[in-house]
Amino acid sequence: MSEASPRKTSDETGFREATRVWLLENCPPSLQGKSQVAIWGGRKWRPENPDERVWLERAASKGFSAPMWPVAYGGGGLSKAQNKVLLSLLRELRIPLPLVGFGLTMIGPTLLQYGTEAQKREHLTRIARGEVLWCQGYSEPGAGSDLAGLQCRAEEDGDEYIINGSKIWTSNADAADWIFCLVRTDPDAPKHEGITFLLMDMDQPGVTVRPIKLISGSSPFCETFFNDARALKANVVHKVNAGWTVAKALLGHERSMIADAFGVGGTGGTKRVSLAERARRYLPSDKSGRLGDPVLRDAIAQSEINARAFALTVQRSKDGMRAGHNPGPESSMFKVYGTELNMARHELMVRIAGPQALGWEGAGFEADELALTRDWLRTRGNSIEGGTSEVQRNVIAKRVLGLPD
Amino acid sequence: MELRLSEDQEFIARTAADFVKEKSPLARVRELRDKGDAIGFSRALWKEMAGLGWPGILYPEALGGAGLGFAELVLVMEELGRTLAPEPFLSTVLLAGQALARSGDEAKMKAWLPKICAGDAVLTLAHQEAGGRYDLDAVSTTAKANGAGHRLDGEKIQVLDGHVADALLIPAQTDGGIALFLLPAATTKGLTITRQQRLDGRGVALVKLEGVEAGPETQLGAPGAGRALLHDAVDRACVGLCAEMLGAMQQAFALSLAHLKEREQFGAPIGSFQALKHRAADIFIEIELCKSAVMAAARALDADSPEVPALVSLAKAKCSDGLILAANEGVQFFGGVGMTDEYDIGFYLKRARAAELSFGDAAHHRARWATLAGY
Ligand SMILES: Cc1cc2nc3c(=O)[nH]c(=O)nc-3n(C[C@H](O)[C@H](O)[C@H](O)COP(=O)(O)OP(=O)(O)OC[C@H]3O[C@@H](n4cnc5c(N)ncnc54)[C@H](O)[C@@H]3O)c2cc1C
Repeated sequence: MSEASPRKTSDETGFREATRVWLLENCPPSLQGKSQVAIWGGRKWRPENPDERVWLERAASKGFSAPMWPVAYGGGGLSKAQNKVLLSLLRELRIPLPLVGFGLTMIGPTLLQYGTEAQKREHLTRIARGEVLWCQGYSEPGAGSDLAGLQCRAEEDGDEYIINGSKIWTSNADAADWIFCLVRTDPDAPKHEGITFLLMDMDQPGVTVRPIKLISGSSPFCETFFNDARALKANVVHKVNAGWTVAKALLGHERSMIADAFGVGGTGGTKRVSLAERARRYLPSDKSGRLGDPVLRDAIAQSEINARAFALTVQRSKDGMRAGHNPGPESSMFKVYGTELNMARHELMVRIAGPQALGWEGAGFEADELALTRDWLRTRGNSIEGGTSEVQRNVIAKRVLGLPD
Repeated sequence: MELRLSEDQEFIARTAADFVKEKSPLARVRELRDKGDAIGFSRALWKEMAGLGWPGILYPEALGGAGLGFAELVLVMEELGRTLAPEPFLSTVLLAGQALARSGDEAKMKAWLPKICAGDAVLTLAHQEAGGRYDLDAVSTTAKANGAGHRLDGEKIQVLDGHVADALLIPAQTDGGIALFLLPAATTKGLTITRQQRLDGRGVALVKLEGVEAGPETQLGAPGAGRALLHDAVDRACVGLCAEMLGAMQQAFALSLAHLKEREQFGAPIGSFQALKHRAADIFIEIELCKSAVMAAARALDADSPEVPALVSLAKAKCSDGLILAANEGVQFFGGVGMTDEYDIGFYLKRARAAELSFGDAAHHRARWATLAGY
């Protein structure tokens, strides 16, 4: 993907220093120390702090919004090692990632793998500049775990497709500009063989979205309806009726993205207050400074040990990956373990906070306590979204361990 | 720290794997057990391993070693752990060898390390006492000043390979804290060594010290250095044990997977049942985590990282739970035959328990992790 330099040590220190200077000069001061800010971009994006747009634009012109993508498609052309340096600097300076979203983590890598030159030039460039926010149209009311049972239809009409049907659980559909969709193009073929991977502009009369309210009280995802919606044939990724191959590749990227978020990769680590710090706030310690509750102390150590062992495993997998290697069935392992780790960690935070973890809104609870309630509820979806834990275990059993159907 | 094997390291691992396949099947361990072998391992095979340079992996070339590191040693121990090879790596190479090598005591190093590397001596370190559980500082064996030397009294339990050791390192309390005394087994008066029988067949002994006269030449390292040597040696042996456990859990899982694919019930291989598939997937994941943990601990030791104690505890906590899981589930996957002595899976169940309760169980190491992290 990029020119990996084998003699990197001195180059790397040069890159680190230059990048540090650049980041400090170009990231607006109001965003320094604000690593928790998520910059989504897109046509409908109205950031609370206008500096977010400034930061995105500067970083994008430098290639730092999509650091490892080729320069020709709006990326930074950084090597793996340089990207690692950049991420560690962002973490250290607590500067937010210039851009997040499914464009960067899911459809982008998939287009790099399967897109035509024209698709890459058009879509990747716009993603890297943060101009287009993407959402994922996979699940349907009748097709969840059994995704290949999807029924949303696409029929040819000249150089276009006409799409009818609906998707569900479409995260951020109400904010998104484009959707990558799985549609049925051959209803008579076996279910995996009649599916096409299609890109669609959502800004058209045939597409409507309706937000769904979650148990956490927020509405980050939607039902998406297609009523004679249209997409250019040029927006078919890979071949017609070969969408399942692309769909699986994208799921691989989705799972490694999730592993990154919960493992070592992301910048998420810095906004975390350690479990022990939380425990100090709610639980007494003995004279030697040891947490007084031995059960919670053991649970905290267990959680930290598992998190570290997981981070080491993500690292080992990356260190062992040859350049250009795409995630295989082992990415299912990262999905299961990373999400279950995050869920267990939130459960533990709730146990630590005790009755203070019960707030919904209003008096008697700190803001971070109210956030914990919502966050904990949200994590219950971690083992469902992106393919359930059960489905991942099926994949491991079959494709990694070779157990029979 | 790169978590990847170099070509040389891959070669070492392959050599060890081939050796184990050819020379050290589990049947050998079964046979040693069945005939009640007095030594508990094969001296001839130990010599052969020395010929391949394994006991000397960690030690300098000048002393007959290979001058490599833990990153290499754990690869060999992992392979040997697959079939529970009983040769005295933990006792001789790690517990005693590391205490010697880190003591700065040139004379003792020169006297013993070349013999260790050549497979010509068995040594051990008696780190455990009854009632002390996993607290290395719970040493009630006393060393009272006695002329220029000391007089030792006390009892040590489950001393690894103590019954065949040429010399034993004995931690004892002096006025200045814990000191280590290196006592030759054959010539030390007042030393009674009795073989103990453990469920996993690993050779251990009860070591009684009654009025043992230990001259000044027996004390290892500078006065006051004993405690640190003891802790460091046990940490290093712990990583070696984790590598063995990693091998054992992979082998137990391989036996299980083969059975899941072969055994049929209800007209289908039992491995097609999802209740078993999902448990197999969980074991797979735990083993992957253990691999990373052992690799990281070994590399931390080689880099002399300040994270050594934390990463040792991480590895032991993960490997204890991981091997227990693979062995317990293994017996369940086998069904009735899993309970028979004839099937090998039971050997892994017993070793899992013994290994878990050696050098601190998972809860002990989680508590140590917490202490190190300040909570
Ligand atoms: C927070 C969140 C965000 C999401 N975002 C998106 C998005 O942006 N785009 C999108 O397309 N989708 C999205 N999804 C949908 C998600 O991919 C589906 O919910 C998921 O694939 C499960 O499908 P389902 O909800 O229909 O559950 P079902 O498939 O009905 O599963 C119900 C239960 O049955 C189990 N089950 C099903 N089949 C098997 C089997 N073969 N073996 C064992 N157990 C089985 C499941 O594991 C689960 O426990 C999101 C979901 C969540 C929770």
